Amino acid sequence: MKLIGEKGVKRILMLTAFSAISALLLIALFILNEGLPFIFKYGVKDFLFSSDWNPHLGKYGIYPMIVASLWVTFGALVIGAPLGVAGAFFLTEYVPKSIMRIIKPTIELLAAIPSVVYGFIGVMVLAPLIRNNFGGPGLSLLAASIILGIMILPTVISISIDSIMAVPQSYREGSLALGATTWQTIHMVTVKASKSGIIASIILGMGRAIGETMAVIMVAGNSVNIPHSPLDSVRTLTANIALEMSYATGLHRQALFATGVVLFIGIIILNSIASVVLRKRAVKK
Amino acid sequence: MRIHPRYTQRGAIAVLGGATLLTLLILAFIIFFILEKGLPGISLSFLTTNPTDMGRAGGIFPTLIGTIILPLLAIIIATPLGIFTSVYLSEYTKENKATRIIRFGTDCLAGIPSIIFGLFGYIFFVVTLGFGWSILSGGLTLAVMILPTIIRTSEEAIRAVPKSYREVSFSLGATSWQTVKKVILPNALPGIVTGIMLSIGRAIGETAAVIFTAGSSLRIPSSVFDSTRTMAVHFYILAREGISAENAYATAATLIIAVLIVNLSAYWLMHRFIAKRS
Repeated sequence: MKLIGEKGVKRILMLTAFSAISALLLIALFILNEGLPFIFKYGVKDFLFSSDWNPHLGKYGIYPMIVASLWVTFGALVIGAPLGVAGAFFLTEYVPKSIMRIIKPTIELLAAIPSVVYGFIGVMVLAPLIRNNFGGPGLSLLAASIILGIMILPTVISISIDSIMAVPQSYREGSLALGATTWQTIHMVTVKASKSGIIASIILGMGRAIGETMAVIMVAGNSVNIPHSPLDSVRTLTANIALEMSYATGLHRQALFATGVVLFIGIIILNSIASVVLRKRAVKK
Repeated sequence: MRIHPRYTQRGAIAVLGGATLLTLLILAFIIFFILEKGLPGISLSFLTTNPTDMGRAGGIFPTLIGTIILPLLAIIIATPLGIFTSVYLSEYTKENKATRIIRFGTDCLAGIPSIIFGLFGYIFFVVTLGFGWSILSGGLTLAVMILPTIIRTSEEAIRAVPKSYREVSFSLGATSWQTVKKVILPNALPGIVTGIMLSIGRAIGETAAVIFTAGSSLRIPSSVFDSTRTMAVHFYILAREGISAENAYATAATLIIAVLIVNLSAYWLMHRFIAKRS
C-alpha cells in the first residue's frame, strides 16, 4: 500500500463506500423506469385502489395485494418481534455467557435456512394443522404470518443480542448495585440503552417479512382477494410478481414491474421513518 | 398496586425463558423434520448423478455446482466492497452528511425485498447488459443483495475494537491504514467472518433473486455466461410443482446440511482464531 499512500487509500475507501448507495440508485432507476410509465398510463388510482386483477383482460388493480402484504407483515411482527426480543434479553441477561455462546450461533445458523424450506414446512405441517383445527383452506394469511414470524426470529434475536451486549457492563453494575433485580435492570436500563439496536433488528425483520417471496407463495394460497379473516387465502405483492413474472410479456410485465415500484417505494418510506427515529434517539442521548 | 420485584423477576424469567425455549423448539423441529424425511433419500449417487425426468428421478449434481459457484462469485465481489466501506465509515471519516447518506443507502438496500433484486437483476444484468440468464447475472445480483449485510456486520465488528488499541497504534507512529491493517481488521475478523457467513447462508438459500437472473437450466455450466440452477431453485420447483416429494425432501436435507457445514466450519475457524490470539 506504500505505492498508493495514505491519501490514495482514503480515496479508494471513499469510492467503495459509495458502492451500496450507487447500487440502490441503480436499482431505483431501473425499476422505476420499467414500472412508472405503466402506472401513469393506467392511472395511479386505478392501479393502487382497484381490486380487479385480470391480466388477460387488461385489468391491473393491485389493492388486494397491498392489503394482503400489510396484513401478512403485521402478523409476522406480532409473532416474531416479541418472541425474538424476549429471547434476546433472556440469552444476554439471564443465561450464563458460556451457554449463550452456544445458543446464539445455533440461532444464527437457522437464519441461513432457505426460505423455500420454511415454505415447505408451512405446506406440509402448518397448513394441515390450520385446516384441521380452524377450517378454511389452510394455505392462508394466518399460515403465512406464522411462517414469516418464525423466519424473522433469527434476524431479530441475533441483532438484538449484539446491541444488548454493546451496552456497557458498568450500566448494569450501577443498576444492580442500587439493589435492582435483573428484570428491573433490563426494563429500566438495558432496554433504553440498546433501544436503537432493537428497533433496527425489528425493522430488518420487517423488511424480511415484507420482501419474503418464496415462502409466502408456498403458504399464503395466492388467491387475489381482500382477506376478511386470517384463514383466507391471500396473494402478497411479492407473490404477485414472482408468480406471473415467468410468463408475463408486454403490458403485463410492465404491470409486474409497477407492482415492484409500489413495494420499492413502500420499503423506502419505511426505512426513512426508521432512520429518522434512530437519529432522533441518537441526538437525545 | 406495586408488585414486589421478586415476583416481577420470576415472571420475567418465565416469560423470557419461555420465549427462548419456544424459539429453539420451533427451530429444532424444522431441522429434524427435514433431515428425518430427507436423509434416507440422500446417497452418493443422488449427489453425483444428473436429474432425469425433470427431477422426478436421478440426482442433483448440476444444482450442487450452481449452489457453490453463485454464492462464491457473490462473496468475491461483495466482501472487499463491504469491508472497505465499513473501514471508511468507522475509521476514515467523522459523522457527516456523506456518511449519513451512505448509511441510509445501506439500510435501504438491506430492506429491499429479494424479489426486487430479482427484477433489477433481470432488467439490468440479464437484459440491459446482455449477460442473459447466467451465473454472472445471478452472482452479481446476489453480490448487491448481500453487500449491506457485510457492511453492517463489519462495521459493528470494527466499532467493537477498543479505542485504546487504536491509540496505542497511533502513538507508535502508525498511519491510519497501518492501524486498520495490523490492529483493527485482525481484531474485528471474527465479527467480519460472521457477517460473511450469514451472507453465504442467505446466498445459498436465495430463490427469488436467483430464479430470474441465473435461470433454472439443469445443464452443467461451462462458463459464467451459462445458466445454472441452484439447489434452492431446484427444491422450489420440485416442491411447488409437486414433481417428487421424495426428491424434494432429499434436496431440502442436502441444502440444510450444506448450510450447516458452511456455518459450522466458519464458527470453528472463528474459535480457533480467538483461541490463538488470547
